[in-house]
Amino acid sequence: MGSGSSPCASCKLLRRRCAKDCIFAPYFPPDDPHKFAIVHKVFGASNVSKMLQELPVHQRGDAVSSLVYEANARMRDPVYGCVGAISYLQNQVSQLQMQLAVAQAEILCIQMQPEPELPAIHPSMMDCDTKSLVLSGGNTGNFGDPMPQFLSYTSSNNNAIQDPLKRESLWT
Amino acid sequence: MHRFHKLDKMTSTRCAVCKYFRRRCPPDCIFAPYFPNDNPQRFTCVHRFYGASNIGKMLEEMPVQLRADAVESLYYEAKCRIQDPVYGCVGIITSLHRQIQIAQSQLAKAQAEISFLDANFVGVEPTSSLSESLVQQNGVEHDLDDPFSTWFY
Repeated sequence: MGSGSSPCASCKLLRRRCAKDCIFAPYFPPDDPHKFAIVHKVFGASNVSKMLQELPVHQRGDAVSSLVYEANARMRDPVYGCVGAISYLQNQVSQLQMQLAVAQAEILCIQMQPEPELPAIHPSMMDCDTKSLVLSGGNTGNFGDPMPQFLSYTSSNNNAIQDPLKRESLWT
Repeated sequence: MHRFHKLDKMTSTRCAVCKYFRRRCPPDCIFAPYFPNDNPQRFTCVHRFYGASNIGKMLEEMPVQLRADAVESLYYEAKCRIQDPVYGCVGIITSLHRQIQIAQSQLAKAQAEISFLDANFVGVEPTSSLSESLVQQNGVEHDLDDPFSTWFY
């Protein structure tokens, strides 16, 4: 019976003998009956079995985890399930990208501002050291320096994740 | 002749679900409004992952005005699962979480740069930047679990 002597959570719920090669046993241990119950409620045991059979063994663990996640999302939100979460997150991404674009434009604006003019100084007001410095063309200002290189940014991510609410005119 | 005519009438008005199961489609069939017979692939796709009785129970438990959206979301999730049999639409959620993290990091850097430039630009009073105002107005909040962090760490 699976990995231990007691039947796995699936066979326990379905009230059947848990075979040695039970496909559910590695992923639905008997100490967590809720995990299979929720997946069974949303997808159905036979569908889950078919899905797992179509996958290589090393991918089945992740597949079960994603099914549990989807089933939980569907229980929390029976109408939209995971699609509600996707829509919400896509909205967040759009907002952040907009904020980033505004911030980048603001940086450009600041950089394009003209350097403030220094007040005119009559030579009689300067001491000798200052006079010689100005006459030599020394410039200690940093206003013309390029943007500090420690802050680099890339253009916004343009992954083609489609908004499920707009895809194929779902919500007309 | 009359019997064949009656059969033709029944088969032509069955929804995709009842057609799939080769059963009579009653007038109050819960599936009929959402799985028309001219689009059998839609139900086939959904049924591949969701049992028909489970779908029926889900629809019965929600108000009528929400059922169309529920079926659309099931269809969307089923298509995601066909494209990605291991992660389904959860893969998209994980990807979006990553995008949010990257965008937040980039935004924080940009705002730090704005503060730096403001502080070092003589003659300009450092004020709350437009981007900071936007963040305060539309603060990013999401308390959805990142499935990637749950599974792999």
